Amino acid sequence: MRRKLLVAAAIAALSAGASAQNVKIGVVTFLSGPAAAPFGVPAKNSAEFVVEALNAGKGPAPYTKRGFGGASIEVVMLDEAGSTTTQVTEFRNLVQRHNVDLVIGYVSSGNCLAIAPVAEELKKLVNFFDCGTPRIFEDGSYNYVFRTSPTATMDSVGAALYVKDAKPGVKSIAGINQNYAWGQDSWGDFELAMKVLVPNVEVKTSQMPKLFAGQYNAEISALMSAKPDVIHSSFWNGDLEALILQGGPRGLMKQSLTILTTGETAMHKLGAQIPDGTVLGARGPFGPYAPNNAYNKWFLGGYVGKYKEQPNYASYQMAQAFLGVKLAWEKAQDANGGKRPTNEQVAAALKGSTFEGPGGTVRMAIGKGHQAIMETAYGQTKLEGGKLTVVNVKRYPAEQVNPPEGVKSADWIKSGFKAK
Amino acid sequence: MKIVNVTHGSFYALGAYAAASLTGAWLARGYPPMLSYAVLFVAALGVTLLVAPLIERAILRFMYAKDEVVILLITYALFLILEDVIKLVWGVNPYFIAQPYALLGSFTVAGLAYPTYNLILVALALLAGLGLTWLLHSTRVGKLLLAVIHDPEISRAMGIDVNRYYLVTFTFGSLLAALAGAFTAPTVSVVPGLGVEIIVLSFAVVVIGGLGSLPGAALGAVIVGMVRSLSVHYMPQVELFVIYFVMAMVLAFRPRGLFSLAEPRKI
Amino acid sequence: MVLLIGGPWLPQWAMFIVTIAFAKGLVALGLMLLLRAGLVSFGQALYYCLGAYAAGALGRFFGVSDIFAQMLAGAAAAGVAAFILGFLLAKYRGIFFGLLSLALSMILYGLLVKNEALGSTDGFNILPSTLFGMRPGPGWVRYAVLASAGVVALLLALAVHRYLNTPLGRLAPAIKDNEIRVEYMGASARHAVHVMYVIAAVLAGVGGALAATTVGHIDPEMAFWTTSGEFIFITILAGTGSVVAPFAGALLYGVIHTTAYDLSPNTWQLSLGAALLLIIVFLPEGLWSLFAQRRWR
Repeated sequence: MRRKLLVAAAIAALSAGASAQNVKIGVVTFLSGPAAAPFGVPAKNSAEFVVEALNAGKGPAPYTKRGFGGASIEVVMLDEAGSTTTQVTEFRNLVQRHNVDLVIGYVSSGNCLAIAPVAEELKKLVNFFDCGTPRIFEDGSYNYVFRTSPTATMDSVGAALYVKDAKPGVKSIAGINQNYAWGQDSWGDFELAMKVLVPNVEVKTSQMPKLFAGQYNAEISALMSAKPDVIHSSFWNGDLEALILQGGPRGLMKQSLTILTTGETAMHKLGAQIPDGTVLGARGPFGPYAPNNAYNKWFLGGYVGKYKEQPNYASYQMAQAFLGVKLAWEKAQDANGGKRPTNEQVAAALKGSTFEGPGGTVRMAIGKGHQAIMETAYGQTKLEGGKLTVVNVKRYPAEQVNPPEGVKSADWIKSGFKAK
Repeated sequence: MKIVNVTHGSFYALGAYAAASLTGAWLARGYPPMLSYAVLFVAALGVTLLVAPLIERAILRFMYAKDEVVILLITYALFLILEDVIKLVWGVNPYFIAQPYALLGSFTVAGLAYPTYNLILVALALLAGLGLTWLLHSTRVGKLLLAVIHDPEISRAMGIDVNRYYLVTFTFGSLLAALAGAFTAPTVSVVPGLGVEIIVLSFAVVVIGGLGSLPGAALGAVIVGMVRSLSVHYMPQVELFVIYFVMAMVLAFRPRGLFSLAEPRKI
Repeated sequence: MVLLIGGPWLPQWAMFIVTIAFAKGLVALGLMLLLRAGLVSFGQALYYCLGAYAAGALGRFFGVSDIFAQMLAGAAAAGVAAFILGFLLAKYRGIFFGLLSLALSMILYGLLVKNEALGSTDGFNILPSTLFGMRPGPGWVRYAVLASAGVVALLLALAVHRYLNTPLGRLAPAIKDNEIRVEYMGASARHAVHVMYVIAAVLAGVGGALAATTVGHIDPEMAFWTTSGEFIFITILAGTGSVVAPFAGALLYGVIHTTAYDLSPNTWQLSLGAALLLIIVFLPEGLWSLFAQRRWR
């Protein structure tokens, strides 16, 4: 199926402009390298499933129209691997050579930051579905750039709130995060939030191993000898799994309450190896924290049916990215008298909109209506009958874990989470 | 062999993936887990014997006459190709075989739990190092190999089958990489991109130790490992580049590495 | 020359690729210089990155976005760094030169990643470029950058060409062949290498500034060893025949890279590796040998 889509896309690209009926969407995500397994491929699978279902008119209400407003969706899939220079080059190619109608994609914050101004320059709508840095809309404002998933600030603030709830007498924290922007920001926000919630909390150590180091024995030794009450980690994929595999047998998670903010991706693969009581995050109400609504039933059932494996939060984020844009497209099309809407019209419809998806309600409430907020949830693992489940789930409403409009994340946390 | 071999990293990855697959299958069939260590070894051996001679015969053999840099680029191109071949064969999902690692449990040293498996790695490295030294200096085959590396032309003139030696050397070198990968696999999650990190680190070790010197390589490895662990414990922020800093420092004071073989100068 | 005149008619995405080719070609030009002396630098990315960050810093801290000022800043930053580091590096040869340069570029990488003020691995965006104070309209930006790149590249290439004909320039192949005899002749190999190193660094710095402006974004990965590897590839691909070769090599590399992405998004590394392998095997003197052969006829 994928190959047919690609071939179709290639032929369509070569005969540029021939199939004006279809809506051509560029999808960019990691197809190679270490980020492929936890984010890229689940997102790709999600995109393919959603497009297939929508094109067959099998979406749940109000997403029942075929494709986008009656026109079939055609996907041009691109690998997000490679340097930012490569990504910017390929984005320009997507827009100017393949003539896509809009672009959905990008996991890496570095790429998102680089692509945003290019999208503005080329006047092409781009919807970031996963990247976490809050800087995009805090440091700039755009007309054509959107993000239908909450920022990483939410993960760190939610984590701090959960820690305070789960371990009210917490006195010391420590962290092990990857030494690059994502890890630095995640830890930074968590530390800041903890200092606000528990003013005298002691930071025992902050381990910052290199990204993809894979071997954490030295860091685990340092953490275990420091004996903090809580350990925070925003590790993902192989690093996350290595941490669990190396730390678990050594008793790391038993000694300290360990909170893994993107831990959900390891649930399905490592399952039984995750010690009970480990706190897992899914970067929002996704995966095990998804609400039991009609959209989740449709998405979960369809995804598992097609791929025989569980979708993770990247899959959910991709799905809601498509759904949000679809709704905006169709709203703009109706306002345009049934004719194909321009990027500007779709942008106007997407701005400030609210829509429902398999993760629940998405409100494009900050970043001048371009950035989404959602509630978040955290829970602890428990092995029940050989299957990994989450217990002690706590949900935090969107306004409690996302900064208000116009306020920078760091400032908001420092002010004690003051709502506007 | 006077090749700067980027493909070495690929063999590390190949060894890891092969070990993961084979051991995974072995354990799934319920065979005794204690024998899984032997399986790791067999996996590394198997994949090396499959791939290394192929690369050497089909491509590298024709390239030895070329410039060092060109050979390096060829191995880099091969590395790119092998990365994707690995992806095609094994997919992008991480593999893990935790059992050989967890089986041996841990022991406590100074209040910290330390996995026993790591001792096996140390033992293996020592064995490999000592074995290789013995091989090169005390056996006929080894001494002939040293001669071949030193001057292939004269060696050929003296009747040594230089081509065969190159093949064996390349295969053996790759085997060591694959072994490293295979035995590291139980301690990490085997993911795409595994080979990239290890290449630069191993070059750093070799440069610090001195090219062509086995005790140098051993010392280099110990230095790199210790420096890294120490910095993790005391100054975590510099961990990222402390290795390169050490490399630069060593080169600044001992331009040819710590133990370097004397090289004749052309006059 | 052709590109400058035919430029406006190229589709925008092609203009982008060509501009990047100019930028990378400049770095490769510097590498070519060093290669002639038998030195392979695995750390040219150091100066490429310095140039880019200098250009970015100009915009971020001083609000200057003139494209020529950026290139000048890049050149200056790289040149000064190379001058200082050259005292250390000029003593080394062979693989040690290569790996020491690599170590230095990775140290810069580590420093940048640690630096959260500069955005760590996310980097930061560069202001859109202006030309002598004027801001070109959206349709013309690409062409303006391309033209500036082309002009600068041309001037620099000519300068290098002239340099290669000076006594100091001609020392390079001599050093590669037999350094001791060079010293017997009374020339200082160290001095020649130092000068060459600075020139190569300046070229890389300008290239970095140019690339940063074109892409609009800077991040520490520009100092990573794989970036250096890319430059070396381009240099070898192009061959050391002429000063134009590196640009042709960069362009070809860019085209192969983007085609591989397009046609085989799941296995582009394989396509890239295979294509490069074929070129190395069948064109050992690099791309330029194709043209050089024709001229001799």
